[in-house]
Amino acid sequence: MTVTRSIVTWSVLIVTTVIALFPMYWLFANALTPITATPPLTPILVPAWKLDNVIRLLTTSKHYTRWVVNSLTVSLAATLWHVVFDTLAGYAFAKRRFPLRNVLFVALVSTLMVPIHVTFIPLYLISRSLGIIDSIWAILLPASSQVFGIFLMRQFIQTLPGELEDAARIDGCSEIGVVRHVIVPLSMPAIASLAIFTFVRNWNDFLWPLIAVNRPQEFTLTVGVASLQGEFMTDWGIIFAGGAVASIPIIIFFLLFQRYFLDGLRLGALK
Amino acid sequence: MTDARRFLREHGWSYAFIAPSIITFACFTFAPVVWSAIISVEKYNLRTGGTFADPIWMNYQKAFTGLGGIFVTSIGNTLTYTVFTVTTNIVVGLALASLIQPLHRHVRTFFRAAFYLPAVTSSLIVGMTWAYIYNAQWGFANYLLRLIGVEPVRWLSNPDIALGSITASAMLTIPATAVVLFSAAMGGIPTEFYEAADLDGASPVQKWWWITLPLIRPTTLYLTVIYTIASFEVFERIYVMVPSGVGRSTQTIVTQIYYSGFKDFDLGVSAAQAMMLFVMIGAVALVQFRVLRSNVEY
Repeated sequence: MTVTRSIVTWSVLIVTTVIALFPMYWLFANALTPITATPPLTPILVPAWKLDNVIRLLTTSKHYTRWVVNSLTVSLAATLWHVVFDTLAGYAFAKRRFPLRNVLFVALVSTLMVPIHVTFIPLYLISRSLGIIDSIWAILLPASSQVFGIFLMRQFIQTLPGELEDAARIDGCSEIGVVRHVIVPLSMPAIASLAIFTFVRNWNDFLWPLIAVNRPQEFTLTVGVASLQGEFMTDWGIIFAGGAVASIPIIIFFLLFQRYFLDGLRLGALK
Repeated sequence: MTDARRFLREHGWSYAFIAPSIITFACFTFAPVVWSAIISVEKYNLRTGGTFADPIWMNYQKAFTGLGGIFVTSIGNTLTYTVFTVTTNIVVGLALASLIQPLHRHVRTFFRAAFYLPAVTSSLIVGMTWAYIYNAQWGFANYLLRLIGVEPVRWLSNPDIALGSITASAMLTIPATAVVLFSAAMGGIPTEFYEAADLDGASPVQKWWWITLPLIRPTTLYLTVIYTIASFEVFERIYVMVPSGVGRSTQTIVTQIYYSGFKDFDLGVSAAQAMMLFVMIGAVALVQFRVLRSNVEY
């Protein structure tokens, strides 16, 4: 009875894992096998471990490295911004009392449910009148207004005991000092989750960058990869390589920090 | 004067801490949402700006009647996609979390990570990979059919099945967030409940049905809401699998918002469609909260 049950459990789990990982595996298998035109009719299931496609991608696609740089810039800048200012705002909303606190917090959190698409037309008009449309700034500025992190940090900081802050103040710590020496060290797990989520979200963001930017050299990686299909219609090797290379940073990032990913997921769930 | 100074000394730091966030939020989220509502009732022209539409609901009307009522089809397509995707995601997530729950801690962590890995990869690249799997000529799906002697299928170019193919690709993606959150919720149930049930001679299935399921209801509710919202907003997967759409059959609400705003440059109609998406999401979330809410305390 127990033996049959665990055989069933394990077969279901193994089959599911194979299904879960197959699409990405197949993308990489194709990317690492030299293909210059149409892929073979019998699918490539074992990669040849050759970098021909990747080298051709980097030499013939004029802007690919630029797209990587753009995506890194956007994701790192957004991450830095949110780590610093969401921690400060999350702390203020969690621990400090001040007029309008609840009104402002409710206004922030209620927009979590608003589909981002509602903001696109006005954002487009704002970016046009600021003269930043078609540049990385049109992607960066809206990225600074994502509110999820403030909510996440408030949830976490609320659970910290208040005595430590008071003790630090009595010892002559300034308000900034309280944040630096008490709140930040205690919040490291939440800050790590926040950093990872912000990075991944902005790295993967697609629709707004697609709207905001038209010149190929200003594309982010996702927009650029989507454009490869139009540019190299018959050279599938390049297209496969473009998709595979674009997902490597995120995969490495995930493998390094997966603990924080999974913790952050639980922290961010509305109670 | 002294009042102002006292106020500043008392609350100055608080406002300084929230100022950067509040300012960017006001400029790039709050103001755009409000402005979008205004544009949706305006006749908006890129060169001359906006004036109120006549009648005031003109854009909403045009959204429905324009292009032969394609928006109505899009809503239908989105709902079909949502119903199948969300149901499968919740059921599969629940099943997988229940299966890994009794296993050793390290094994559990391994499966959670394996399921989660595809979920961090951009949906654009995942969608692109599915487009290759569905390629009529050399795709993996038709290869499998050939093995069992079935004629190749035009998965993405046949308008009758394109939406089905795209939906199937979403259903076959492991709902990683659901597995992780269900698994965490199950881990949080006190073991006394199960011990008491053991004394009463309950079978594992009975324990799952009468203890586990009711106690993880808040998680089920949360996941249903977030998956519904995500499905309502489906775009990348469709954009990359059928770049210009397969006629009407693969248009969804967000592809319509995108095309009317940034291909046809009919900003008013695009804003009206986005506002309707907003209202639909709000309404669905509200209903789900009402139906699934429970006050579980333990």
